[in-house]
Amino acid sequence: MAKADALESPSGRRARMPNGGVKERQFIRFTRLQRILHICMIVSFMSLALTGLTLKFSYTKWAAVLSHLLGGFESAGYIHRSAAVVMFGVFFTHLVDLYQLKKREYGSWRALLLGPSSMLPTRRDFAEFVATLKWFVGQGERPAYGRWTYWEKFDYFAVFWGIAVIGSTGLTLWFPVFFTRFLPGRFLNVATIIHSDEALLATGFIFTVHFFNTHLRPEKFPMDITVFTGRMPLEELERDKPKEYEALVASGKLEERMEEAYPAIVTRTIRAFAWGALAVGFSIVLWIIYAMLFAYR
Amino acid sequence: MGQLEIDMAEIKIVRRAWRAGLRIIGVPLLAIILSVLFSEPGRAAEPTTDQPGAECLACHGDKSMSTTRAGKTVSLYVDGKKFATSVHGSFGCTGCHADLEGKDLPHDTPLAPVKCGTCHASEQEQHARSLHGKAIARGDPLAPHCVNCHGNHDIYPVKDPRSAVTPMKVPFVCGQCHREGTPVSRNRTIAQDNILENYSESIHGEALLKKGLSVAPTCATCHTPHLILPHTDPASSINRRNIAATCTKCHSQIETVHRKIIRGALWEKQANVLPACVDCHQPHKIRNVFYTQGMADADCLHCHADEKLRRARDGQSMYVNLGEVSHSRHTKVACSQCHSEVNASRVRPCETLTRGVDCTSCHEEVGRQYISSTHGQLNGKNDPNAPTCKECHGTHAVLGKLDPQSPSFPTNVPGLCARCHREGQKAAVRYTGRQHEIIANYTESIHGNGLLKAGLTVTATCTSCHTAHRVLPRTDPESTVNPANVPAMCGRCHHGIEEQFENSIHAKRISGSAKELPVCNDCHTAHAIRRTDEDGFRLEIMDKCGRCHAEIAKTYFDTYHGKVSRLGYTKTAKCYDCHGAHDVLAVTDPRSHLSRANVAATCQKCHAGATRRFAGYLTHATHHDPQKYPFLFYTFWGMTALLLGTCVIGGLHTLLWLPRAFQMRQELRAAEEKAAAELGKSVDKEDPDG
Repeated sequence: MAKADALESPSGRRARMPNGGVKERQFIRFTRLQRILHICMIVSFMSLALTGLTLKFSYTKWAAVLSHLLGGFESAGYIHRSAAVVMFGVFFTHLVDLYQLKKREYGSWRALLLGPSSMLPTRRDFAEFVATLKWFVGQGERPAYGRWTYWEKFDYFAVFWGIAVIGSTGLTLWFPVFFTRFLPGRFLNVATIIHSDEALLATGFIFTVHFFNTHLRPEKFPMDITVFTGRMPLEELERDKPKEYEALVASGKLEERMEEAYPAIVTRTIRAFAWGALAVGFSIVLWIIYAMLFAYR
Repeated sequence: MGQLEIDMAEIKIVRRAWRAGLRIIGVPLLAIILSVLFSEPGRAAEPTTDQPGAECLACHGDKSMSTTRAGKTVSLYVDGKKFATSVHGSFGCTGCHADLEGKDLPHDTPLAPVKCGTCHASEQEQHARSLHGKAIARGDPLAPHCVNCHGNHDIYPVKDPRSAVTPMKVPFVCGQCHREGTPVSRNRTIAQDNILENYSESIHGEALLKKGLSVAPTCATCHTPHLILPHTDPASSINRRNIAATCTKCHSQIETVHRKIIRGALWEKQANVLPACVDCHQPHKIRNVFYTQGMADADCLHCHADEKLRRARDGQSMYVNLGEVSHSRHTKVACSQCHSEVNASRVRPCETLTRGVDCTSCHEEVGRQYISSTHGQLNGKNDPNAPTCKECHGTHAVLGKLDPQSPSFPTNVPGLCARCHREGQKAAVRYTGRQHEIIANYTESIHGNGLLKAGLTVTATCTSCHTAHRVLPRTDPESTVNPANVPAMCGRCHHGIEEQFENSIHAKRISGSAKELPVCNDCHTAHAIRRTDEDGFRLEIMDKCGRCHAEIAKTYFDTYHGKVSRLGYTKTAKCYDCHGAHDVLAVTDPRSHLSRANVAATCQKCHAGATRRFAGYLTHATHHDPQKYPFLFYTFWGMTALLLGTCVIGGLHTLLWLPRAFQMRQELRAAEEKAAAELGKSVDKEDPDG
């Protein structure tokens, strides 16, 4: 317990540096590569959404303005395809990273996929989901979540699903002449619908549900920037992921996961970037709502 | 009808006494006795025996001998001297009045009509066949008999100046009836008007009447003296077939002069295919313009060269700048040729003017066109807004359309029409159609740019489409801008396009459709015609096609081509990039750009390497039609269900979470404040030591 006390910062999340004291140490939740991948993902996803939606909502004045702002439909097309390449890059880099993670820390796929830190949905996730619903309606305590909650896992696999569905249809639309060598021409019509509607689902979901669940929950307001810094205050880990915290404490591996917090200037920069991403995301949501409800034809 | 009766009565009175006398039922004896009693006894008593008809002159030699017919006194006097010197003087009275032969005097009345034909058989026969003779046979009271032209007792040889039908007098003999205002001119259908007047001003009339050239042609020279027939009669001397022969009686070498215009060999052989003399030299108006012009102009300029000359009525300047006229198109036209009612015999020749200049006397065809045009029809209704010739062409300074200074020179035409048709001007104000900002639109159009900026005088200007003189609204079937005539009108310049169009599905001949089909201006607009490679045209074409093809245009916007177009970019395929522009055909037509055989090549214009299967892409697909495109319909709704389902579940999850999240936040804040308070205490304690 004394150890834990020493680790805790004096004032919780918004720690001020004690005068001339030791720097605050925080729990490392994400690796450097994971953080970079998330930032790349944000940039490419926003780019894809903005450029793609100009076409989907071409009947709104907004779309025309945005399209011109992006340098015209051809320029928007280049941006869209470049961002798609980045997105594919992120995806495959993550797969490679997983492979190395397996080699480095787990030794086998089985250990990685079925261990307590697995991203795969498990029976416990289902139990936690039910328990969470009970907690929502005041019928129980907040479940003691582990390293990955079920909604985090859902978001994670949504990317897999999205990459597969949007990516594959996107490729057919990118190379229609090649794909129609063996696919009927009307498949391109189908691909267009799937690509654009799935993209709408992705943007709609990310910019509302994911934003709320992960970054904007009132108890974390104004923003959770763990995914950018890779660090979270230890007491937050203890509160949010008690099961993981306990396991780490029990195994004695907590100390090796602790690092110094970033200086204020870094977190401020990160916050500025995150606010920008949020603003873009919310603008897109508003635009989608406007286009779907008021301008649809 | 009443007027006619009065005229006839009049004519009866004017008729020479002898003829009416024959008609009269009884000559009152008293009149004869009185005339004998009051006549000079000596004159009556001195009949010269060598004078033929001395017995008759015993009575008829008395100047006061007269009778009353129809209430008017008619002289029965016969000038014995004139009769004695006339061609018939040696025949005596009974030579003609044969029914008096051996009768006691005074004779019974009326006398039988004199039969000139007894001696002049061929003339009588010709006269009987002529218009005049046939009119007599019909009992036309206006029809002339021998005596009406030749006189009765004073007939002299034609060449004798005393003769009534000597060439100098012929125009007036005929003019008795064929002159404006006579019963004949008013009541009989005669194609020509102002015959005597025109003749007297013509080169023939001037030669005869002014210069006294007795060989100059008179009426009888062309119409013949006795066999006068209408020009429609093939036997007439003035029939088209015979007119050349008639004119060449005098103008015998005229073929050599007219070689430039007419092949001489055909002159008389095929007169029917050549223009007849009168086609160019209007009958009765034949003029020698080179001779009279200088004279006449000088007469006019006597007054009108004065710059201060003003019209008394309204003070308008009547000054004529001769310089303007001499640099104009009408430099060789005399004043009087336009101001045609002037009379050279007056001190002020123009005082006889009753109307303005009538350009149609020379520009007849143009005049006909103008009269049928909207401008002309308004002018016919005395509409003050209606433009006449001079509004566009000017007056004395009129220039040909090839002169760059002329208002009708191509580059000046838009400005000319703009005077009335510019927005806010008088023609634009009364116009109720669909075209607005006509002049502004034209000026910015490809035609306007070509004409006004590039200075291409062959570029279409207002008159190229609307014609210069036959301007009609598009609703008029005769109008060049009527939809039915538009392709042909545009095709005058854009011939190749017209050919394609006439073979396209939009041509009535090909489609056989009863619907209203588009013509050039439905896609290209009328006045604002743009270059087709400009963004504006390429972006508007979908709406143009969509006016008729509403559904197919709407679905176009559901696909990539349409969406990019809607964003305002021209690079993706527009209607005509696939369907063809002027050669658009039904996709079922093997010649169509979209037929089975051609569609891949059409796609390859943009998509290199496109195959038939690539062309299977539905460029007009919509996911709203479950019948036509079920796979799109169900894909769309499947995706939508997935979207809605995910968002609803995610959204509900979040909403349910919110109260707990706020609760957590409050607990957290409370804990934080507590921790901060504790820390503050500890810092306060620590500080003094530090």
